[in-house]
Amino acid sequence: MKNRATIPIGPYHPLQEEPEFWKLIVEGEKVVDVDVRIGYNHRGIEKISEAKTFDQSIFIVERICGICSSSHPIACAQAIEDICGIEVPERALYIRTITQELERLHSHMLWLGLAGHFLGYNTVFMWGWKYREPICDIMETVTGNRQNYAMHKVGGVRRDIEREHVSYILTRLDEFLKQLDMLKGAVLDDPVLHARLKGVGILTKEAAIDYSALGPTARASGVDIDVRRDHPYGVYDRLKWNVITQNEGDVFAKAVVRILEMYESARIVRQCLDTMPDGPIDSKPKDIPPGEGIGVIEAPRGECFHYVKCDGTNSPVRHKIRAPTYMNFPTFRETVIGETVSDATIIMAAIDPCYCCTERMIVVDSSHKELFKAQDLIRLSQEKTQRIREKLGVK
Amino acid sequence: MAIDGLIKKIHDRFGDRILKTERKSAKRVYIDIYPKDIVDIAGYLFKDLGCRFNIASGVDDFNGIEILYHFAHDAHAVVITVRAILKDKDNPRIETITGVMKAAWWIEREIHELFGVEFDGNADLRPLLLPDDWPKGVYPMRKNFVVPKRDSRKG
Repeated sequence: MKNRATIPIGPYHPLQEEPEFWKLIVEGEKVVDVDVRIGYNHRGIEKISEAKTFDQSIFIVERICGICSSSHPIACAQAIEDICGIEVPERALYIRTITQELERLHSHMLWLGLAGHFLGYNTVFMWGWKYREPICDIMETVTGNRQNYAMHKVGGVRRDIEREHVSYILTRLDEFLKQLDMLKGAVLDDPVLHARLKGVGILTKEAAIDYSALGPTARASGVDIDVRRDHPYGVYDRLKWNVITQNEGDVFAKAVVRILEMYESARIVRQCLDTMPDGPIDSKPKDIPPGEGIGVIEAPRGECFHYVKCDGTNSPVRHKIRAPTYMNFPTFRETVIGETVSDATIIMAAIDPCYCCTERMIVVDSSHKELFKAQDLIRLSQEKTQRIREKLGVK
Repeated sequence: MAIDGLIKKIHDRFGDRILKTERKSAKRVYIDIYPKDIVDIAGYLFKDLGCRFNIASGVDDFNGIEILYHFAHDAHAVVITVRAILKDKDNPRIETITGVMKAAWWIEREIHELFGVEFDGNADLRPLLLPDDWPKGVYPMRKNFVVPKRDSRKG
């Protein structure tokens, strides 16, 4: 057996919001095995929700993730509506669709920025984060908050989109799209990024199905699934838009899927604003009868699943929540093994888990001497990009 | 309707091995089965019908520990939920379905630690969410679990 070393990463992950612990087993530069430990910041929201009323449940699931703070409440509301078939007014469905797509826009932009950072493209990072601002501004104008919008409730939405906001949304959306065009050109036509990301961290179609991967992670591997089309909710079935798929399954394909999806999201928002009918926004349901319901929606990272069981009281007996990353996460076993340490960073980032850069990572050899810190892993990744740049003669 | 076709296919294949079928709406169906049949049915749904495995949820109910396996049939916009009730709450056991699909790997670990269900044949039932020093036999998602009171003096 060759000389193996263990690289512990965590319990605060340098790339991801939730603290988690990675163990990469390496032979030299090559990753030969990987294991992951999560739960360091487990908040027990499923258990807490059992002690809350249905209105409060929506409120608490909104806090699961700051970026998906429209996806979880909609999924939860749909699960409760599914128990007894509560009707949601037309206009509320449109507003739900609009907030969902705006959320997807800023979430994908955020990912693009971070992916740029890990590869040593700090300009892409600055651009990505700057250019998602118009979307956050729209959210602030429409809902009153940049994140955690508190827009959704069982039976409808809490706030209407005012008539005077429509032109503002369209103006800021145009502004966003102009920058996206530029960013798309800069990223997708860059020969260095092609060399750096193509063929890296491939998730095969068979593996994606076997792990039931979701969202852009599955679509980049040629699995043509999208909850918005397959299990229609909101008003997606009345609008014209496309599901973006790629067949390669590598990191580049995942980036392409996300970038092209942003255009589709903008199309959906525009159509919604054009065709939105007037009317009530809330059906004001009173009682939830005993029963069980399931809500599925397409969050930016894939399908978000809520199961709610009710015994006739005003709080759930059981509330199961499954976020998309839960299914996408274990695919690392397929994608990271066999790659180099310098590619592991971007492969880990490619499924778009929630990030946060907390510096608690060290690499130790058997003598417990520190070899790498979090910054070093990002540096390794950035250096590889630099080498490719020099080889291609790109400054 | 597409859902009726799917229900018929499942009934034709499994017949009296199915305890109860509840067609809740055009998009949702709940099928009760004997726990011993879970591998066959999960295999049929996943491999033959081409369903996607959503997730499994454990429920602590009066009758026992229920495990609900949710499968999405994307082509027909249907979510099929297969329910297995493990009556013996002191020693709930069911066979693993990780042999059918790897997607069930994490959720079996989760249900194992939160509900105390043994998945026979799953070699990797290490804790996923709870800390390594969590006391044995304490299952936080069971209804009899008492959330410890926070001592205000300790902050």
